[in-house]
Amino acid sequence: MSNLFTISPSPHFKSKTTTSSLMFGVLIALAPAFLFSLYFFGIGALITTLVSVVSCVLFEYLITKYFLKQKPHVCDGSAILTGVLLAFNLPSNISPFIVIFGALIAIGIAKMCFGGLGCNLFNPALVARVFLLISFPVQMTTWPVPIESRTSYLDAVTGATPMALIKGGQKAGDITTIANLPSFNEMFLGSIGGSLGEVAAIALILGGVYMIIRKIITWHIPVTIIATVFIFGGLCWLINPVSYINPIYHILGGGLLLGAIFMATDYVTSPMSNFGKIIFGVGIGIITIIIRNWGSYPEGMSFAILIMNAFVPIINRKFKPTRFGAKK
Amino acid sequence: MDNVIAISIAVLCVVAILAAIILYLVAKKFKVEEDPRIDQVTELLPGANCGGCGFAGCRNFAESCVKSLEGKFCNVGGPDVMNKIAEILGGQVSAATPKVAVVRCAGSLDCRPKINNFEGAQSCAVVASTYGGETGCSFGCIGLGDCVEACSFGGVSINPITGLAQINESVCTACGACVKACPKGIIELRNKANKYRKVYVSCVNKDKGAVAKKACSSACIGCGKCAKVCTFEAITVENNVAYIDFNKCKMCRKCVEQCPTGAIKEENFPPRKPKEENPALNMPSQADKIPQNNNPEPTNIEVLDKNSEQLNNSKPM
Amino acid sequence: MKFQTFQIGGIHPEGCKISSNQPIEIMPIPEMVYIPCAQHIGKPAEVIVQKGDKVKVGQLIAKASGFVSANIHSSVSGTVTAIGPIPDLSGVAKNGITIKVEGDEWLETIDRSDTLLTNVDDIKPEDIIKLVSDAGIVGMGGATFPAHVKFSIPLEKKAEALIINGVECEPYLTADHRVMLEKGEQLLVGVQLIKKAIKTDIAYIGIEANKPDAIELLTDLSRKYQGIVVVPLALKYPQGSEKQLIKSIMNREVPSTKLPIDVGAVVSNAGTAVAVYEAVMKHKPLIERVVTVTGNSVEKPSNFLVRIGTPVKYLIEKVGGLPEDTGKVISGGPMMGKAATNIEFPVAKGTSGVLIMPDEISHRKEPTPCIRCGKCVDACPMGLEPYLLSVYSNKKMWDEAEEHYIYDCIECGCCVFSCPANRPLLDYMRLGKSTVMGIIRSRKK
Repeated sequence: MSNLFTISPSPHFKSKTTTSSLMFGVLIALAPAFLFSLYFFGIGALITTLVSVVSCVLFEYLITKYFLKQKPHVCDGSAILTGVLLAFNLPSNISPFIVIFGALIAIGIAKMCFGGLGCNLFNPALVARVFLLISFPVQMTTWPVPIESRTSYLDAVTGATPMALIKGGQKAGDITTIANLPSFNEMFLGSIGGSLGEVAAIALILGGVYMIIRKIITWHIPVTIIATVFIFGGLCWLINPVSYINPIYHILGGGLLLGAIFMATDYVTSPMSNFGKIIFGVGIGIITIIIRNWGSYPEGMSFAILIMNAFVPIINRKFKPTRFGAKK
Repeated sequence: MDNVIAISIAVLCVVAILAAIILYLVAKKFKVEEDPRIDQVTELLPGANCGGCGFAGCRNFAESCVKSLEGKFCNVGGPDVMNKIAEILGGQVSAATPKVAVVRCAGSLDCRPKINNFEGAQSCAVVASTYGGETGCSFGCIGLGDCVEACSFGGVSINPITGLAQINESVCTACGACVKACPKGIIELRNKANKYRKVYVSCVNKDKGAVAKKACSSACIGCGKCAKVCTFEAITVENNVAYIDFNKCKMCRKCVEQCPTGAIKEENFPPRKPKEENPALNMPSQADKIPQNNNPEPTNIEVLDKNSEQLNNSKPM
Repeated sequence: MKFQTFQIGGIHPEGCKISSNQPIEIMPIPEMVYIPCAQHIGKPAEVIVQKGDKVKVGQLIAKASGFVSANIHSSVSGTVTAIGPIPDLSGVAKNGITIKVEGDEWLETIDRSDTLLTNVDDIKPEDIIKLVSDAGIVGMGGATFPAHVKFSIPLEKKAEALIINGVECEPYLTADHRVMLEKGEQLLVGVQLIKKAIKTDIAYIGIEANKPDAIELLTDLSRKYQGIVVVPLALKYPQGSEKQLIKSIMNREVPSTKLPIDVGAVVSNAGTAVAVYEAVMKHKPLIERVVTVTGNSVEKPSNFLVRIGTPVKYLIEKVGGLPEDTGKVISGGPMMGKAATNIEFPVAKGTSGVLIMPDEISHRKEPTPCIRCGKCVDACPMGLEPYLLSVYSNKKMWDEAEEHYIYDCIECGCCVFSCPANRPLLDYMRLGKSTVMGIIRSRKK
């Protein structure tokens, strides 16, 4: 025997799933949404996503290598994923400098300050998005009109999103009078204004189904968020259809599906146990509707997820998995 | 406008008063009576919370000191700190001999070759609970550094050449954390002698001689030659392994020369004078190969004089 | 066909049952056997022979040294050449008896014929337990708990059902599968005997869906007997664990820190049932067992009937020698088996298989940071939180580990299997579990 036996404690068998295979699985799930957004926003979508991904990866590499003095492990795909998710939360006609700034916030502050992969309390892409929303309110809320702006980038024709239209209607006192609100069909297929990745509901749902089938995520978080929004939003609508919009608009409009399927399910910042995930989902749904119906922002998803992220440690402490043979 | 300002001030005042009352009540209700000397003693202690005294931390030690000083000793602080504590508390410090940790394994990589590769959690405790270890000797140092982690003073390191734990004696406070951390019970606290000199059996292998020797060329084979040569009855051989009682040992070093495998080590002694050496018995000591953290003492006339008696004793018989 | 299973956690590793179609071959007797004194849970047996003694096959050579202990019999005939250290898979020599083989002379009391004896009516329950105890039978699934202890039901408790474990959920292993196929009749008589010993009327035989031939055969054969039900089970690891099996079959949860008998169940391995038949009906002690020798690069994966004490080296020679690319030799299955440091170690009563893994799959991958994905929580069949417990164990936070029920861990390895970050969760948890158990025991004193 030339080579020595390897000894390790059991088990000696390992599933093929690795951190990077999970991360690239999520990226594959995001591909349909990206294709739709290329179709609607053209060159702008491509440039924004590329800038975001490259800068996220670069920041991650530089920070791990020169600040933390560790071996950089950018190949695990987590920085790429953060980059894509950040880009998906931005309008496609945004200046690349803002995107780079956002990437620095996402990787440098939201991720690395907490200790890198696995240690961050808040979803890095969302922290960056909210940071940019507050710092650059104008650039972050002028969305290009789909299809028309396919060939232009920074000088794209801009228009309002359905959620902004609805918020305008609410402020005026009667949402039933809103003109040119897109049809469900348009919202489903994504030919509406909005952030790069959030417009096409069908593509996002497709990605979600793919991830659930491949067991990258469990159904708990996305389904509870959507169900809560539907029920809570629906109740408001039934009570007062003049001030509050149909819950289907809530679900299809804005970043809800993107948030529910891709942002809230982020491993690091979501609870561990299935029951905890349900609590987390319900919380996000309720906060989203509260912000959308009574807050001053048309969009509530990002804030809702970040608020619930802060509760994750408590949820993890309080809601343990069902134990085998627990005394009842 | 004046009205608004007045109301605001009034409300804030009321809130402040309410908060003050609540704070006062809470402080009153949850007040813990504590001997102020505990804080004073804690101040004096090193604050490393190493647990060497047998208490969970420095404060626990201080609490128990306030109750009674008997049998309490902080190795890290040493007699200075204990005397100061005794001044505050007005008791008597129990005497303690200063000690230092000693790694009793000399099974470096060239003495005991690896016979398998371990690929699990990098922890000595995990290896010890899984199987016999990477080498043929199941008693020796595993070298994954549970002791390194346990030491609060940075006094233990794994020597990359030998793969063994080594103690930096100048920072060792004999707190005993490494002794507890070692799953093989290799590390021992031994009396700290002048210039950190020590003579000890650097092996704990309980296997029979032939088995031990096969696994490691520097193992103690329990032959008992050292016990025979010792004039102070300091050496006992039990379970096929010799042990030198540091309370009885006078460091004459006769046993070192007798050991056929070089398992008995002498450390930090000045080099023997050539005329005293008997070439036949001058085994190449394993200790020479191990790079030491603290350099062997330079030959110093004063030191030699002081120890001339011991040196004379160590002449081969 | 409806397949039952348990609910919490579990994983689906690849089956890899490459030796399942290989009939049991009788392994030739080696020149030397090494019989360890501790082949069971509990106190090691006391040696009652001396160096130079002549022994026959089936002769008692080491006596149980307490209630939770088991007799050990000579598996060969010959001369005892040494009593002392024998090779062990951990690399640390264990106490045992070395016998030089001379011929194959059996004790006259053992019935070596193949006739099937099915009449169990005249045997008293106490006699069954006595014979099982004398024969030194232990749980043959790998846990090696002395069988007579398990069958001696405490007075205040009542066994409602016997569960026969034919699950064999470990990948690669096929020993139980072959035993069920080839010794089905004996198994069922054994089941009848155990039922009688523990005074119950019903026995369930749990078999996983990947063994349809065994399910079919035993269902057919069991029609002849009263109160034996074959329960087909869905594929899921670790279904062969006692607690999970009881949940799958009887839908009862054994409470934390309690034993199966507390919910009225007695679980026994299929191989054990056959051994009980041989011990009671044929007066043959436990001197041989079926061992699977397998692996992806093994020339001829096989199932052997091996005398206890045969060095594994012989088994490996018999399947075509140790392959060139061997990286790991495992005693048992890939999920819970132990990696061996050598191939000299002998087959013991609990050795269900020898798995030879090629070098390329025998290495662990470099651990990366925990991404808190919760896959270990989802996979844990006991509903624990491995990510937390491993950190507590690593940081020596024993109190917290106990609060999170580390003592419930069954060391099945589902958490490590499913961890995408390759973290050695179970390595630390095992350490934490044994430390916490020690703390609990010392507290009770």
